[in-house]
Amino acid sequence: MVLFIFRRLGAMVLTMLVVSVMLFLLLELTPGNVATKVLGPYSSEEQRNLWLEANGYFEPLWYRYVTWLGSFVTGDFGESIRFKVPVADVLWPRLWNTAILGFWTFALMIPLSLVLGVLAGMREGSKLDRSISVTSIVTTSIPEFASAVFLTAIFVFWLGWLPGTSTMTSGFDWRQLVLPVMVLVLYDFGYVARMTRASMAEVMTAPYIRTAVLKGLPYRRVIMRHALRNALIAPFTVITLQINWLLSGVIVVEFFFAYKGFGALLLEASLNQDIFLIEACAMVAVFVATATQTIADLGYTYLNPRIRFS
Amino acid sequence: MTDLAKTMRPAGTAGVAFMRGLRSFALLRESGAGMVGVGLISFWVIIAILTPLIAPFDPNATLQPFAKPGTAYAQGGTFWLGTDQLGRDILSRIMWGSRTVLFYAPVATASAYLVGILMGLAAGYYRGRADTVLSFVANVILSFPVLVLYILVITTIGASGINIVIAITFASAPGIMRIVRGLVLDLRNRDYVAAAQTRGESSWYIMLVEILPNARGPLIVDACLRLGYVIITIGVLGFLGLGLPPPDPDWGGMINEARPLALAFPYMTVFPCIAISSLILGFNMLADGLREISLRD
Repeated sequence: MVLFIFRRLGAMVLTMLVVSVMLFLLLELTPGNVATKVLGPYSSEEQRNLWLEANGYFEPLWYRYVTWLGSFVTGDFGESIRFKVPVADVLWPRLWNTAILGFWTFALMIPLSLVLGVLAGMREGSKLDRSISVTSIVTTSIPEFASAVFLTAIFVFWLGWLPGTSTMTSGFDWRQLVLPVMVLVLYDFGYVARMTRASMAEVMTAPYIRTAVLKGLPYRRVIMRHALRNALIAPFTVITLQINWLLSGVIVVEFFFAYKGFGALLLEASLNQDIFLIEACAMVAVFVATATQTIADLGYTYLNPRIRFS
Repeated sequence: MTDLAKTMRPAGTAGVAFMRGLRSFALLRESGAGMVGVGLISFWVIIAILTPLIAPFDPNATLQPFAKPGTAYAQGGTFWLGTDQLGRDILSRIMWGSRTVLFYAPVATASAYLVGILMGLAAGYYRGRADTVLSFVANVILSFPVLVLYILVITTIGASGINIVIAITFASAPGIMRIVRGLVLDLRNRDYVAAAQTRGESSWYIMLVEILPNARGPLIVDACLRLGYVIITIGVLGFLGLGLPPPDPDWGGMINEARPLALAFPYMTVFPCIAISSLILGFNMLADGLREISLRD
């Protein structure tokens, strides 16, 4: 088990290193481009050369990469071209805002999808099962930007209950959080519900469930004690991996509702060629994604005794 | 059925493939979801084909700005779905936009499959070092949140039709490779592969002629689901302003252009959203129906 943990962590670090090399080559291969982006298109040749000299861009490529990686790991991400402040000063508050959004999305999505999935999987082919399946196909077919449009049309334009933007300019306001969270939950819950349903349906056909029913245990007890324990292992992995999807989803939702989060920041950085900010955002995104992947793998191994003890 | 297939065989493999297709379609008719999917997809395919004949207006002509749905145009015709802020007819733009998405989505998916299948076949069949390298590359690409990858690639190489195809191939091929690799690892130990190896067939002949056709079932279902995702991706890129360059109509782009006005004129964004959602729903329901019948036999 310990060996397995170390192997997974090693693989994670290796992936991060390869990603950092890719990003570095993508954005900083030619020093001339970097200088143009930092100093603007109207800077003179001389200014650019001075800047390149001062920032060590005339060193060999590998040396530049190692220095870059060194300062990156110690939390020095450079300065944002667009915001004219250190990248870290913009990045962390934005990441915190996205964490709030993500927390509420998961807090609603997990119970909803697990309950629906278990109910549907308990009696495969029942009316409830069929309606839950159809609902989840429909909701996963509506992309986030489309459900944002639909929900805004209903709750903002038609009913006038909620604000249409979530800029939070005058302090935190939960009403501005409702629509973004709803959009993310709507798109994400269907997949988790379907996976839970499949896992539950499979467990329900297992011989030990038939035994439990035949020896006269109450149905509730069969479900709660015997079925759920095994049926919820697979959804654990699915939910953890859903964080990776959420990182894509928040970009769309934050852009649509003008929410000051990490996804909108990444998009803004990319559109403005703010290279140091892009590097930091992309590395954070990949770190979160690979970390959750590792947690999903380790958790699955831990939760499944058949693997844990082999 | 097997007798029928035998009698068909002299007609060549094309005949057999046709009969197989017909048989799956007959099975699919029993799946309600599958038939709804086929209906939705056919609807949009027919619209896309007939657009030049039935679209009421030129999609890029500026006629009458901010017309509400159902407004009559002074020079004849009706704006059934209204017009946008530049005065372009929304119905005509949705119709022309269906051609864009129904061209780029299959092309991008096919391109991703071509690369993914070749990678997966090589990794699963040769195993060893080829597998290690290909799997690692796939893992690295898949470790990106997918939209982050698209934004990075598109902002680097620029937004255009061909670049969208490249970006989708780059981001989707690793996932396809994983599926193909898994299937090949299972199929490579079958007797007919051993027979082909004994006959002295080349590796690529075995992979493409012996293994690949037997892996088609799960791949067809996956391709349907992936088409849905690719349509979402093209829509999202258009929505973020990273899609096909204006002015030619593209559903995601229409939503992006009307977004600042969405609170005052919801119909400008709602109709393109209904269009794209219904097409994606079509592919997802078809995939569901196909999975249902593949589990049955």
